Amino acid sequence: MTRSVCRTRRIRRSLRASGAGAAVLLALSACSSSTGSQVGSDSAGSAEVSGQVTVFAAASLKESFTTLGETFEKQHPGTVVTFNFGGSDALAAGITSGAPADVFASASPKTMATVTDAGATAGEPSTFVRNQLEIATLPGNPEGISTLKDLIASGLKVVLCDKAVPCGAAAQKALEAGGVELTPASYEQDVKAALTKVELKEADAAVVYRTDVKAAGDKVTGVDFPEAAEAVNDYPIAVLEDAPNAGAAKAFVELVKSGDGQRVLTDAGFSTP
Amino acid sequence: MRKSDAPRTGARTVPVPLLVPALVGLAFLLLPLIALLVRAPWSGLPDQLTSPEVWQALRLSLLCATSATLLSLVVGVPLAWLLARTEFPGRGFVRALVTLPLVLPPVVGGVALLLAFGRNGVVGQWLDAWFGITLPFTTTGVILAETFVAMPFLVISVEGTLRAADPRFEEAATTLGASRFTAFRRVTLPLIAPGIAAGAVLAWARALGEFGATITFAGNFPGRTQTMPLAVYLALQNDPAAAIALSLVLLAVSIAVLAGLRDRWMRAT
Amino acid sequence: MTGRTKSSGGPAEGDMAARTEHSSGSDEDNMAARKKSPGAPDEDDMTDPCAPTTTAEPTAAHATGSGLDARLVVDRGTFRLDVTLTAAPGDVVALLGPNGAGKTTALRALAGLAPLTDGHLRLDGTALDRVPPESRPVGVVFQDYLLFPHLSALDNVAFGPRCRGANKAQARARAAAWLERMGLADHAGAKPRRLSGGQAQRVALARALATNPRLLLLDEPLAALDARTRLEVRAQLRRHLAEFEAVAVLVTHDPLDAMVLADRLVVVEEGRVVQEGGPADIARRPRTDYIAQLVGLNLYGGQADGHTVRLDAGPAITTTEDLSGPVFVAFPPSAVTLYGERPGGSSARNLWRCEVAGLETHGDQIRVDLTGALPLAADLTTVAAAELGLHPGAPVWATVKATQTHAYPA
Repeated sequence: MTRSVCRTRRIRRSLRASGAGAAVLLALSACSSSTGSQVGSDSAGSAEVSGQVTVFAAASLKESFTTLGETFEKQHPGTVVTFNFGGSDALAAGITSGAPADVFASASPKTMATVTDAGATAGEPSTFVRNQLEIATLPGNPEGISTLKDLIASGLKVVLCDKAVPCGAAAQKALEAGGVELTPASYEQDVKAALTKVELKEADAAVVYRTDVKAAGDKVTGVDFPEAAEAVNDYPIAVLEDAPNAGAAKAFVELVKSGDGQRVLTDAGFSTP
Repeated sequence: MRKSDAPRTGARTVPVPLLVPALVGLAFLLLPLIALLVRAPWSGLPDQLTSPEVWQALRLSLLCATSATLLSLVVGVPLAWLLARTEFPGRGFVRALVTLPLVLPPVVGGVALLLAFGRNGVVGQWLDAWFGITLPFTTTGVILAETFVAMPFLVISVEGTLRAADPRFEEAATTLGASRFTAFRRVTLPLIAPGIAAGAVLAWARALGEFGATITFAGNFPGRTQTMPLAVYLALQNDPAAAIALSLVLLAVSIAVLAGLRDRWMRAT
Repeated sequence: MTGRTKSSGGPAEGDMAARTEHSSGSDEDNMAARKKSPGAPDEDDMTDPCAPTTTAEPTAAHATGSGLDARLVVDRGTFRLDVTLTAAPGDVVALLGPNGAGKTTALRALAGLAPLTDGHLRLDGTALDRVPPESRPVGVVFQDYLLFPHLSALDNVAFGPRCRGANKAQARARAAAWLERMGLADHAGAKPRRLSGGQAQRVALARALATNPRLLLLDEPLAALDARTRLEVRAQLRRHLAEFEAVAVLVTHDPLDAMVLADRLVVVEEGRVVQEGGPADIARRPRTDYIAQLVGLNLYGGQADGHTVRLDAGPAITTTEDLSGPVFVAFPPSAVTLYGERPGGSSARNLWRCEVAGLETHGDQIRVDLTGALPLAADLTTVAAAELGLHPGAPVWATVKATQTHAYPA
């Protein structure tokens, strides 16, 4: 199934690009090799891995992936990992428009789906971590916020992410699950902007990801709430179809999923799937 | 007939070294706009445009851009006069400071505004404590953010016009018994009106398109602080077609307004 | 020193002025006309448009001494202006001097547009040194008029009265009266760019006069006009100035304007007053090369001993005056006669061998610049010049009759 999809797409693209015959042959081999390596997962530490790997990753992965990138380069001398961190949607748009990338790690399955639907992933993406919502409050939680309901107290300025971005959609889901009707002061354009408002004490609280609370250190205090379980965010990762360095890409994904990788990620506030 | 025409058209010929770059420049500016039109989801457009959110954002955008322009005029024109007509130590430095928002990334401008006028800001904490005024997350905040970014355009334009205007007209008014302020109001102001109009149009256009400082300082809440550029940006996150539709609305409105103003103000000069 | 009378011109004034290059018959006529003008019936009109409103500045200072009394010292970088100016009401004083002499600076100091470094400024007994320009009873006609381009002629003139407290209707009525007086009633609604140069000049004058100034300042009032308009406007301006009852000071680099318009000339060079007096006196007895050139005279300094003056330039010259000590000797270029050969029977004692340095057409005359024993300028007819076969480098003999020279103490 995967193979046939891969093959036809590959052929069509190559035909569009250049001379047909050779391209078909190349495409077939490239396709089979990438599918093959997806199936056979025993070659993790293979010494053939080298060259540059380009990883497009959601902004929330910045700290942990940077650490993992260094680990990867140490494990595979001769490799260079280049990251492009940003909003998942923007990254996905870049990939489907032909940006040269090897790996895509998205903050939402929905965004990953747009890439998969465009046939730009090599094989099915897999969830490698989860991220959970938390309430970020002013340091020390001076307002004593402990549940979502506490946020509707009058005089409290709360910011959410806009529904158009993943953290906003998740917050919406959690609020609905808890039956809380909250009118925020603002729907921020991304999770960092929401967190900044609390860091600058312009807002009393924001609903953000646990990883963001962790990254902010002692500038905010995180508060867990039960409804967060209703809006757990899965992070899928995939090697890309047009990966210029598919072997290294695969190796990087393996590292992320390995015990070492998961430890770095949980340290940053993620939970294992 | 042909003989008399020939030299005339010859004299009007635009030199190729000017024409070619000019056309390249024009094409470069226009192509993205044309692309926007070509790829616009025309069939879905009516649905997009009838949604109340769009009109809410558009109304807010026009209101805030216009208010920011008026605010810029009230303080920007006197500031331009000060820079153009008086001597004081460090004037060059002050002029550079005035143009700072032009080079500052708007998001940084927004953060700076928060640090100054935020609830916890240098000035904002007193505004909050004494008057109970908080500016972030309010429409006033949007206007302030837009003014911060747009006013330099007005100041620069008006200062340039003032420098080009003959200061002796003010002297003439003075010898007729006008105080310096009267001279400014009754002589200088009418003389530099075209420059002020041009500056105001620039400022208005800049304010209308303002995104970074606005969303950083005033946040994003439909009907209160969500202007068109914010709506466009957020629509772009998961519905690019809607974003294009919103952009087209903003484009159409601004072109209509700018063309209208140009006819009314600029032609008179 | 202070010429208190309107007219001081003797017969010599017209005579000398007629020799200046800009001379014109009509101006001579006008000048004569002005001398008759004091007390003419339209004198009363002058105050009429201003009568209904009061001036912001009380002119009660008449008692303590009326008119202008000023010593203007203005430092501007390396340049220092230091001139003393006095004038009685009704006087028209011309500041005459080359470009950069500091005339306009003096005018700006009088108007309050340039601060005094030192000196004093009193008008009708009131000290104005510290009074800001908008509070001085001073009207200014600027060189290029500076009519406000966005206002009609009427509103330009009404601007001053309006600023000095008149309401809109009063100010406009007053402005209309002034325009009427200037013969511009038909142009009241016109914007300055629709006015001709002469009309604009009159609007500027009306605007300056409409505030009822006690001191009227005119900066090169005719400089912006073409030759034709200039003639006409000069005549009109002289009439208006003659009617003006307070002090008028005008700045010009044109000797004809100065002599036609002013009762008294103050010649300024390099920030200093080098000579002052009535137009006739200045024209007849120039004391610097600049003035001599302006009025078209050959001028030399020297030591007199009886009828002979030993010139600083070298040769001696015989004069009719009997003087001793340092003197100036002046004579017009037309008094010089040129000969190709040394004249044998000539009675002229003043005979010099010269060489032609340059030739220039001057109306129907040829102006010949000569170098040699005595550098001088000579005027002769085109025919005479042709007969002599003059060309640069040609040797000539020049004579001047003693009766045509004029010597006066330096």
